[in-house]
Amino acid sequence: MASSQSAAGPATNGMAYPIVDHTFDVVVVGAGGAGLRATVGCAQAGLRTACISKVFPTRSHTVAAQGGISASLGNMGPDDWRWHMYDTVKGSDWLGDQDSIEYLCRNAPAAVYELEHWGVPFSRTEEGKIYQRPFGGMTTDFGKGIAQRTCAAADRTGHAILHTLYGQAVRNATEFFIEYFAIDLIMDDEGRCRGVVALKMDDGTIHRFRSHLVILATGGYGRAYFSATSAHTCTGDGNAMVLRAGLPLQDMEFVQFHPTGIYGAGCLITEGSRGEGGYLTNSEGERFMERYAPSAKDLASRDVVSRAMTMEIRAGRGVGKNKDHIYLHLDHLDPKILHERLPGISESAKIFAGVDVTREPIPVLPTVHYNMGGIPTNFHGEVLTKKNGNPDCVVPGLMAIGEAACVSVHGANRLGSNSLIDLVVFGRAAGLRAAEIVTPGERHAELPKDSADLALSRLDGFRHATGATPTAELRMEMQKTMQNNCAVFRTGEVLEEGHKLIHKVWGGKSDVRVTDRSLIWNTDLLETLEFDNLIAQAVVTMDSALNRQESRGAHAREDFPNRDDVTWMKHTLAWLDESKAKVDIDYRPVHTYTMSNDIQYIEPKARVY
Amino acid sequence: MVQLNLPKNSRVTKGKVWPKPQGATHLQEFQIYRYDPDGESNPRTDTYYVDRDDCGPMILDALLWIKNKIDPTLTFRRSCREGICGSCAMNIDGLNTLACTKGMDDVQGVIKIYPLPHMPVIKDLVPDLTRFYAQHASIEPWLHTTSPQPGTEWRQSHEDREKLDGLYECILCACCSTSCPSYWWNGDRYLGPAALLQAYRWLIDSRDEATGERLDNLEDPFRLYRCHTIMNCANTCPKGLNPAKAIAEIKKMMVARQV
Repeated sequence: MASSQSAAGPATNGMAYPIVDHTFDVVVVGAGGAGLRATVGCAQAGLRTACISKVFPTRSHTVAAQGGISASLGNMGPDDWRWHMYDTVKGSDWLGDQDSIEYLCRNAPAAVYELEHWGVPFSRTEEGKIYQRPFGGMTTDFGKGIAQRTCAAADRTGHAILHTLYGQAVRNATEFFIEYFAIDLIMDDEGRCRGVVALKMDDGTIHRFRSHLVILATGGYGRAYFSATSAHTCTGDGNAMVLRAGLPLQDMEFVQFHPTGIYGAGCLITEGSRGEGGYLTNSEGERFMERYAPSAKDLASRDVVSRAMTMEIRAGRGVGKNKDHIYLHLDHLDPKILHERLPGISESAKIFAGVDVTREPIPVLPTVHYNMGGIPTNFHGEVLTKKNGNPDCVVPGLMAIGEAACVSVHGANRLGSNSLIDLVVFGRAAGLRAAEIVTPGERHAELPKDSADLALSRLDGFRHATGATPTAELRMEMQKTMQNNCAVFRTGEVLEEGHKLIHKVWGGKSDVRVTDRSLIWNTDLLETLEFDNLIAQAVVTMDSALNRQESRGAHAREDFPNRDDVTWMKHTLAWLDESKAKVDIDYRPVHTYTMSNDIQYIEPKARVY
Repeated sequence: MVQLNLPKNSRVTKGKVWPKPQGATHLQEFQIYRYDPDGESNPRTDTYYVDRDDCGPMILDALLWIKNKIDPTLTFRRSCREGICGSCAMNIDGLNTLACTKGMDDVQGVIKIYPLPHMPVIKDLVPDLTRFYAQHASIEPWLHTTSPQPGTEWRQSHEDREKLDGLYECILCACCSTSCPSYWWNGDRYLGPAALLQAYRWLIDSRDEATGERLDNLEDPFRLYRCHTIMNCANTCPKGLNPAKAIAEIKKMMVARQV
């Protein structure tokens, strides 16, 4: 391995951190579904690839995906990738880029077969094919019937896929750097990404990775909110690195609330539970979704269901002592089906809600689940920015995939089971693109002299932070603010207040206190770095939401209740200016064209389920 | 007679008793193992008091509460908090389990927490799992096929798929292996229940075509045959799996191919 020790480092606070240098063709940051798939692809292309992750790969949040992975295999009845594309465009409320959505849906079946060939233990049909279940917003024949398109391994699909991908990465002799925390990107003067700086958590050494290409697969930032299905580690570290590199994030105002997080605990209950026949009721025992989505009912898309639940609770028809949640019924389903297809959520409901799903309903509440927004990319995974009027300007040396990226295939609202397919299709695409643009073993130019300065000054600054507010307190303020002021329904007034409050939390960063001064497994320090990442994204999310004066997908403005295609059918780009403590906003046009002539651009129309 | 002594620095001393939270009426006492890798000092157990009325019901909620409100230096792994990622495995009340799915109400009296037993400790409740992961990798956890790949999926009957139930759900938390006395003793050569459960998961997969090679790889007095059916693995598994049974099935396959 091309590693060397050097004592270089800035003398911040009189301390110098020893730096270990590595050189690779490609460095992938993140080892979830997207990161592992890209790692395998790059390795198979003969590129020397490192995969850095702050957790052991099978701990990544892909592991928690339950219901399934969408692909028009047609195992349960007729299906077509064009129908899948139509559903995805409609689900996105016409904010998705249709060239990218075509790429996703066309390549989905092959990606699922590949996973199966690699060993994913999918559930099976009578003929021994991959079992597929209905999911929200998934239809046949351009909205006419209900499709069974979501391939499932019981309700542990993400777990099954992630463990299989990890096996493939091991098989391809991936060089893993596990429990390394990526701090910042290395950018040169020409705006090219040249590598990444990371902290090795178990000994506190700094590792500088020089590479021709960095692929960010760092996931979402659900933990900016108080109640999220997301893991504690979902802090969007890559998104924040991109902001600090002076690049924009896209469509950050679109935050998906999953209709069925367990009340109180926030743990996920898969949409597949409604796919298998579950339904929601209010305090009157009414199946209220029939009123909000007469044809799709409980299988309308997530933004629609979450809004309906919120309106029921607001109208005083919530259940429980405080009338502040909703019931999800599975008790009418055959216990055998529950055991075979929904064993995981049956267990979760027992542990976290004390509910036996065969007898009682599960108390649920819309809970932050997914970030449609993220790092703008094209469908090859290459990161884009807007420069000199060009809205599709490629940032050389940098890619983003998975939840961290905004391709944008999910637009204003992601359909359930479109995330797992996004991971593997675009993880694969990134590997293919890497093989085209990087020559194995190509010589590396010298890194800029100050390549580790940004990362080290932040690390050292926080490590010795002696303010008055503990990280946990600031983080709680941020999470409460996002939960209260940037939720399912938004108004200008509430967002304006949220803008003030979240900027105040952001300003509070200078007063943060870190107690643990050590370098070995200093989780106090790591949580502070993560908080710094989260607050940057929270600020951008709040300000982007305040800026968008329309309702589209997951962004529901009560003061602007309609979708406004004339003014707002465009992607928000948001840059963070840390020195002036403000967010700069610009726009990119939505791609109103497809990738090929096999399907026409799908014209916007009213979105009714 | 031989006298066995523990190394001096492995003795766990009594640590700090942290102040009780002000005004709390419903207190839960915790004794938690602490080890600071930076100093020369021995590991210790610190005592904390958690305000149950201000804290979620799970052990992990309590650990987070302590970290957020009392002592930010307390160190442990955690991620999904719903029992699927396997990060927060530790020894709670004498049993290896996940902190996120173990309720405080399930423990009587003082709640004592230690890292997974018999593993090198990096810091506090964080063990070094490098060897555990290497053992898992050694069973080649991927599908081996030699037949030409079909254009669609490999077919698998319901019955064949059912054989993977109770196996594929493993989350690699290491609760089982670190509860196994045989693994404590021969952890360098015995693969342990987690890796062997995974080995069986691939052996029994109807799509896999490397049964012989997989069995060859396990045919060894240590790798497989150090399982003495103590059954701690099955008792402790937080996912309710039974690694001992999987190991027994592998042993049966070994016999079957010899007769």
